Parts: sequence; structure tokens; C-alpha cells
Amino acid sequence: MAEDHTTRTIESTVAVGGAREEERISVATQWQLTWWRFRKHKVANIAAIVLITYYVVVLFADFFAYADPNLPAAKRGLLPPQPIHLFDDDGWNPHVLAFEGSRDPETFERVYEILGDQPISVQFFAQGLEYEILGIIPWDRHLIGVSDDAGGALAQEHVSLLGTDIQGRDMWSRIVFATRISMTIGLIAVAISQILGIVIGGVSGYFGGLIDTVIQRIIEIVRSIPQIPLLMGIAAAVPKDWTIEQIYFAITILLALILWTELARVVRGRFLSLREEDFVMAAELAGASRMRIILRHMVPSFLSHIIAATTLAIPTIIISETSLSFLGLGLRPPAISWGVLLQQAQNIQTLALSPWLLLPALPVIVAILAFNFLGDGLRDAADPYGT
Amino acid sequence: MTVEGPNGHPLLEVKRLKKYFPIRKGFMRREVGAVRAVDDVSFHIDRGETLSLVGESGCGKTTAARCILRANDPTDGQILFRPTEDQVFDVAQSTRRELRRLRRDMQLIFQDPFSSLNPRFTLLEIVGEPLLVNGMRSGRERQERVEELLRLVGMRPEYMRRFPHAFSGGQRQRIGIARALALNPRLVVADEPVSALDVSVQAQILNLLLELQQKLGLTYLFVAHDLSVVKHLSDRVAVMYVGRLVEMTDRERLFNSPRHPYTEALLSSVPEPDPRKRSQRIVLEGEVANPAAPPSGCYFHPRCRYAQDVCRTDTPVWEEVAEGHWVACHRVKELELAGVRDRLPMNTAAGTSTNPATNATPAAGSATDGDATANSE
Amino acid sequence: MATLAAGKRRPLLRVHNLKTYFFPDEGTVRAVDGASFEVCAGQTLGIVGESGCGKSVTARSILRIVEHPGEIVEGEIRYLHRTDGREVELDLAQISADGPEMRQIRGGEIAMIFQEPMTSFSPVHPIGSQIVEAIRLHSPLGKREARERAADLLRQVGISRAEARLDEYAYQLSGGLRQRAMIAMALSAEPRVLIADEPTTALDVTTQAQILDLLRQLQTDLGMAIILITHNLGVVAEMCDTVVVMYLGRVVEEGSVDAIFHNPKHPYTRLLLQSIPSLYSEARVPLPTISGAIPHPYNRPEGCPFHDRCPQFMPGTCDRHVPELQALDERESDQLVSCFLYHEPTDERA
Repeated sequence: MAEDHTTRTIESTVAVGGAREEERISVATQWQLTWWRFRKHKVANIAAIVLITYYVVVLFADFFAYADPNLPAAKRGLLPPQPIHLFDDDGWNPHVLAFEGSRDPETFERVYEILGDQPISVQFFAQGLEYEILGIIPWDRHLIGVSDDAGGALAQEHVSLLGTDIQGRDMWSRIVFATRISMTIGLIAVAISQILGIVIGGVSGYFGGLIDTVIQRIIEIVRSIPQIPLLMGIAAAVPKDWTIEQIYFAITILLALILWTELARVVRGRFLSLREEDFVMAAELAGASRMRIILRHMVPSFLSHIIAATTLAIPTIIISETSLSFLGLGLRPPAISWGVLLQQAQNIQTLALSPWLLLPALPVIVAILAFNFLGDGLRDAADPYGT
Repeated sequence: MTVEGPNGHPLLEVKRLKKYFPIRKGFMRREVGAVRAVDDVSFHIDRGETLSLVGESGCGKTTAARCILRANDPTDGQILFRPTEDQVFDVAQSTRRELRRLRRDMQLIFQDPFSSLNPRFTLLEIVGEPLLVNGMRSGRERQERVEELLRLVGMRPEYMRRFPHAFSGGQRQRIGIARALALNPRLVVADEPVSALDVSVQAQILNLLLELQQKLGLTYLFVAHDLSVVKHLSDRVAVMYVGRLVEMTDRERLFNSPRHPYTEALLSSVPEPDPRKRSQRIVLEGEVANPAAPPSGCYFHPRCRYAQDVCRTDTPVWEEVAEGHWVACHRVKELELAGVRDRLPMNTAAGTSTNPATNATPAAGSATDGDATANSE
Repeated sequence: MATLAAGKRRPLLRVHNLKTYFFPDEGTVRAVDGASFEVCAGQTLGIVGESGCGKSVTARSILRIVEHPGEIVEGEIRYLHRTDGREVELDLAQISADGPEMRQIRGGEIAMIFQEPMTSFSPVHPIGSQIVEAIRLHSPLGKREARERAADLLRQVGISRAEARLDEYAYQLSGGLRQRAMIAMALSAEPRVLIADEPTTALDVTTQAQILDLLRQLQTDLGMAIILITHNLGVVAEMCDTVVVMYLGRVVEEGSVDAIFHNPKHPYTRLLLQSIPSLYSEARVPLPTISGAIPHPYNRPEGCPFHDRCPQFMPGTCDRHVPELQALDERESDQLVSCFLYHEPTDERA
């Protein structure tokens, strides 16, 4: 019996009401239907907003940071997070308090004394270090900084929102710049692995036969190699004298080479099942060329799946990069990534005395969760036809 | 066999068609056997007529139809297609290029109205695709032709911009028919076109198919398992069992005086939508044979109540036992079988017997057709 | 109220004004909207209709296995429950779906077989152990006796080599054998009512004939009541004593099989019967058809659900009022129809 599942799935996507609504659904494209379904997925929506925020930070890292992330300041080492006071005796006046550092003569611990009588006003969009927006437009405003009327004092000398590391570098600014590296290394690696996956998986699935068998065996071999030792081996082989950029790309490609197999399998599976679909056969019988069948019929049918798979692959890469760097095999200082930052939080002394050095773990967790939730939402919404 | 139809050569002649699917096993995918999906099948279709291929699931009827369209590559045999009187193509040997040309003249109507339409295309794109890929570049021309086609199948052309998800199963089947007709084909293969539809919608599509045949002079190869539908639509019927044809003749003879025991059993199994015509059925024992390991001799012999020794050892010959009546049965000359009109009224006290040997001996075929008079209310 | 076999035997199961609605986020789907019928021991009741008519949901309601977000909102399902040698009338719609009584009845006194037996058997256990489990759920038999009983059941449904088959898995059996095994499992607790939901739809016509024969023979032997749910009018005509015709959740007509097929009153029943080709009807002529398609459950028409496809539609009546299922007249009380051609609107719903 013809149970109309498809129509049912679609109509349950959108509350049905009246002829106009019906007309709207009738002419809705795949993307519209997907979008309508995605919008009903609350958690995924929130995750999307979180990730958009992340990438805004990535694009405008110079604006969000107020200090040079690599500028050491011996006198400001291991400064704890500094609270912002919103009011003073006269009312609204956001400020931080100045401090003076000294060394405990017995324990050699650095101790900081807050100087309550020296407030330093802070404000949004304050003037600070000069930089270029997206590397083009010169500007000198930052999200937070010392008030313009404070006589040109630099934020990096007075403010430390999330504390400083052992060399006195500002943690907030370092996390902001680390976000830039960690969030993009994932994107680029995923892009490369997806291209590899789609092409190889597509060839395997479309042609089948011997080519398919060979590719499948290769994938099985790649997947059977344990990842961490492999990564460690290859990373150890990266020459010590490479620049940050070279290492960055080496790590990216390394990660991509391991990850493509997953998507290649997905794409092959989709190709195999789509090849048997009636509408593909109908196109063939209509006389459509191979190219047209692949590009107009097959690829659009699994594009949405690929987008979802991609979203779910990014966190894997982020975690891989973070773990590698944490083990000291990935990016190395002076490059800044979440993994590099966390590497500095490796010893027990840090945990006991300067717990704020663990803060970079927080953006990692949030980003991974957000990607996973978004991926789930996309996957659910991706197939409005319920096939 | 070369048959001269009423209009000269038949549109399609299938000669000794075979399609074996290899069975592979093990790491090296070695071939260890074959499923004989279609095993030495020959038939022809005249211009303008409807031939039905009927049989149970797995009998090879769909595979045979797909070989004719070269959606599957046949293992052996000839498929002679004559788009016009003086052209002959062997579809089985055609190149890809030649096939693209030939497929303008032979099209397929699918069983499943849901999976056969690309959900990402509008009606205009779906029905217009055959036109586009066969060289009708002008969007305007295409749109006009699609409008015409949609009207032809009873759909409103205003719906052209809609996607398939907006339509019911019956409407989608109409869209599929419009697409099949876009290039003015001569042969339309309809693979179970109504079996996925609701009962109340089936009649609409059957009527449409008949009407289109009259209007456009189409030739149908109709693949189906529902004998009532087959009877309604066909001029001639071919019955398949485990990859082979067992009987082929015109509709009236097949339904009223079948010559193959399988046809007889098949006809008697159809439940009739009339409680006053409850009849004794020939209930076949056992299961359909496995086409990967068919029995010896006649494939039907393990279930046949007329089987003799010769049936177990020798393969029956596909022969013309009367003008236009082809049968493959060793005992075709001696048996008298019951058709639809000879159905035995059900013995109310006994119910049906599960033992076929006792209820309908071969001689029972001569029972009167008195029961048939109860037909007209 | 349906009083089909009035004055005869006491019916085993009486369903009255059953309403099962689904409440998804998008609105209410009235899957079953007032179904009434009854069935006696040894009788076969057919529930016939097309997709979305609510026939399967009706069956699931009787067994209280309606899936979320569906629930029975109104109506009675009166069943003669046999307990301690007495018969007690029980309203299955009122008792707890997971309570001890319902568990005893479901699969015990009322059993069900489905269209696709593959999904009813677990793929990881042999069919024998599943049948044994079903037997022991409703009887105190030991493992060995239960296994013997399982083999007996398989023999009873016509499966050869029953002992060996017990150790086979569902995927090893053909469609027909699987359906037989399913029936054997349903019979394990000697049910008094067997609900068969499209039992032959997935089968070939010759196998269908075997299964229908088997059901009929089992009914003669065991005296069960059978509720046969199908869209195939041929199967209904062959098998049933009484027939309920459903359309979009409502019973449109109900009566003896002879009345339904030879004296149908509701326009839907009539058209449905005329529109199916038969082995006896004239070939290659246009069939009468029902215009349009079955509406989507969210877009159910106001008034009589069939009015927008009905050739005898009476504007102002059929689209305003909902017809009730009523006896045709005093004399012919065993045929009920829900149509304004035969009685005046009683409700004042606008």
C-alpha cells in the first residue's frame, strides 16, 4: 500500500495550515525544507550561534585581543585573573586595580599586592596597539582596553583579564590567537580530507568492480594503522628548523591524510545505493550523460550528508591537533594553539598554583560540543525526504 | 522464431534471452555459480498491442524487462527492435551511443512512484529532462511540451513548478508516465505500474494507460503479478516460472483455457472479490524453486500435480501447440485444465481441501461453467 | 451501536465508538474516529480499507500497542476475558496497557500476526527458541515440553521437518514459511481471537492461497475468532463472514459479506468494488473510478470524510455534518451505513 511517508515527513516539518502554506511547501526546494527542519532543532541552533561567534573571533582576533600574545613581561609572570570592577565611589566607572609584584623571600613564590588606590579605567572599543583588520584595514581599537583618557596607557601593561602565563604573557590574548589557529587548522584539514574522500569514494562507488575492491583494501589498511603512534612517528620526522607556517601545513596535511577514509566510505556507500535508485535509472533511460547523472542527480542527493559529515569531522581534527601539540609533537611555540597552551599546564605545580593556565581547555570543550550538536542537527535536517 | 504480426514485422522480438547473475564467494570473489534469472526466453510484441509478462516474485519478469531496455546487460540472446518497418537494431549488442538513440523509442514506467522521481527536481525538470538531454535546448519550447504532457496525463500544468513531495502516489505515477512519454516512444515497458498504489487509485492509472495507448498508438510490455490487472490490460499474456516462459497466448485463451498446469494453479489462486464465487482452489504445495539451484527437468515438476517421470528428467520444449499458443509442458497434449470460467464452487461443508490430489483431478477441468452465471448481479 | 449478530451468540469482542488519536507536535491526527464492530467465536471479521483508513491502528488499539504519540481517547473495547474458568467482560480501553490482565490477554487470548513476519522474529535467535519463549510466557510448561509443543505447532501450520526448522533463523525461511511460523507462534497460547494484519500482502498469489487456506482450516479446528485486516477485497470476499469498511478513520459501512459485496450502500463501498478489475469483468474497457486521492490526515475534510470525492455529494449536508453509523432500517438491521443518503443529520455541528 502506498503509505506516503515522504509527504508525511515533510508536512510534519512545517505545521500545516491552509492552502497558502500548502503552496509554500509544494514549491519548496530541498534547501528550504532542510532549513525549516534545522530551525526546529534548538540545540543545533544554539551550537550554530556559538560557532559563528568562534569564527568571528578567528577573523577579528586582533580586535578581541588587547595584548601582544608573544610579548613576555618578566615582572608580570603568573598573574592571576584580574577582576573588573564596575563601580567606584562616584558611581559607574569600570576599572581594574593596579598591582605590584614581588617575590616571597622564603618560598620564591611571586606574590601580587593590589594597590586599591590606583584604579585604571577600562572601556569597550578602546584605543590600543595598532593592527590591520583582516590584514588590510589599519585600526587601533580593541574590544577592551584602558580608557582613552588614561593618557595613552597600554592595556597589555595593566589589564590581565584571565591572568598571565609564566612569562607574563596575557592569557586572554593568547587564547584568542590560539582559537584562530586551532579553529582554522581543523577547517583546512577537513577541506583537504573531504575532497580526497569525495573523489576517491566517488570513483570507488561509481565504477565499482576491481577499482572499488582495490580502493576498499587501501582504506582498510590506512584505517588499521593505529593513529597516535603514526602521528607521533611522522611528527617526529618534521625537521626542527621548519617555520611555524611549514609545521602548520605539515600537521594539516598529516591529519587530512588520516581522515579521508571515513568520508570516502560514506560517499562510496551513497553512490552505491544511489546507483540503484529508480530516478537515477530513469535519467539514464532518458539518455542523460554520465556526467549529468553524477552532477545533477547523484551529488545533490548526498551533498547534505557530506555537509553533516564534514561538520562532525572538524572536532576530530581539532582534538587531534590539540592532543599532538599537547604531547609536544604538533605545533611548537612560538606558534599558539589550544594544544600549545595546554602543554604549558602540564605539571602539577601549575595546577596547584596557577589553575587559570587550564582555561584554554574550556574553549576546546565548548567548540567540540558545538560542532557535534550542529553536526547532529544538520544530519537530522539534511534529508527532508526521509530516504 | 520470426513472427509476422498483422502489421508486418513485430516491434520487438526477443530470441533466446538469457541473463545469469554470477554468485561470487570468498576473498577473491571467485564465481561459484549463477542465478539464472532469465533462462532462454523468446517472445515478440506486435505494434500497438499489450503483452503482459506475469509470474511470482523472483520469476525473472522484471529482469527480462530491464534487459530489453538494457538497464541490465543480457548474458546471451537477441533483442530485435524495429522502431520503423525497415530498421532493425539488436538491443542486446547496441553500443552506448546507439542505446541513447534507441531509448527515445523505448521507455519505462516504474513501480514505485516515490523513488522514481528525483525529489530535488520540479515537475518541469523531471518531465523536461528527457527533452533537454535529447537536444531540446530552448526552455520555452520545453515548457510548452511539458505543459502538453502534463495535460495528457491529467495533471494541471500550473503544478509544473512544484516538487514531487507535493503529490500523492497516483499523481506521482502520472508524472512518471508523462516523463516516459516525453520523447514519443513506440514501446513502453510498464513494470508493475499500479501495484504500489491504493486500490481506489489503481483504476485511474489503468484507465489512463488504456487511453494513452489508444491516443498515441503505444505498444506496452506490461510486467505484473496481479492477474486481475493483467487480464484487464493485456492483449496477450506470457507466464514465467523460475526464469522460463511456461505459457504464452492471447488473453481469452490464457484465462479461459490454459494449457500449462502452473497457469491453471495461478488462476485458481486469485481470490475473487465476490463471496458468492468462493471456489475450490488448487493449492500448490511447497515453494517456488530457487533459480540458483533449479530442479531437474521441468522446473515446475516438484509442485505439479500432473508430473510424471519424464517431467523429472527432461526439459520440456517451448512449442506452439495451437496457432499463437505457446506452451512448455511434456503433457500438454493429454491434459485438460481448468480456466477462470471453470472454477469449482466451494463445497461449503468441507471447506477447501489442502490435498490437491483429491479435489481437482485432471478430469475436473471439464466441470461446467455454471458458476460463472452468478457473475452478473 | 453495532448489533450484528443480535440474539445469537454472545460476541467475544465488542468495540464501540473507538477513537484513537495521534498527537504529534503539528496537530491532531484522528487515526480512528469512532469505530464499532463485534466478532463472535468461529467467525471472521474483515476490516477493509485503503492506506490511512485506520484499520491497523484499530487492531493495535485492541491489543493496546498503539505507539506514542497515539492514544485511545474514547470508546470501549469489551472483551470476554476468561479467568478461573469464568468469563468476565473487561473493557480493554480502560485497563492499564502494561497491567497483568492486558499482558495475559495480549499474545495469550488475543494474538496478532503481521504483514512482514521478518520483523516479528528476532534475527539473532532461532525461531524455535522464540516460539518456546512465547509458549512458556502463557503456560507453565517446562523447556522440553515447550519445545515439543513448538514442534507440534509448526506441524499444525503445515511446516515439514518441524524439529529441524526449530533451530533455523527467520532469514533462512522463505516468505511463506516465515508467515506460517509467525502463525504458529501466535497459536502458541491457544488464542480465542486472532488479529491478522495484512497477513498475505507481502506474499505471492500461490503462497497467499496456502496461507488463507491454513487460516481457514485452523479456524475450523480451533474455533477462533479472526479479525482480518486487509486492503484486498478478493481476500475479504474469500475469507470473511462480516465486513467493516473504513475510510479515513471512520467506519462507512458494515454488514455481512454478502450484503457488502452484493448490496453495498455507501458510495465509497460501491465505487471501490466497481473500480477493481476482476478475472470475470470485461477487459480493456474503462473502469469506474473514484476521483481524487485519499486526503492527507492533517487535511481531513469537514463533515463526511468522503464528501469531496463522492459523486452523490449533497452540498450543505455532507460538508457540514458528520454522518453516524446507523442501521439501514428496522428490518435489515445487520447492515449499517454511515451516509446521509440513508438518514438525516442528527448532530447540529456546523
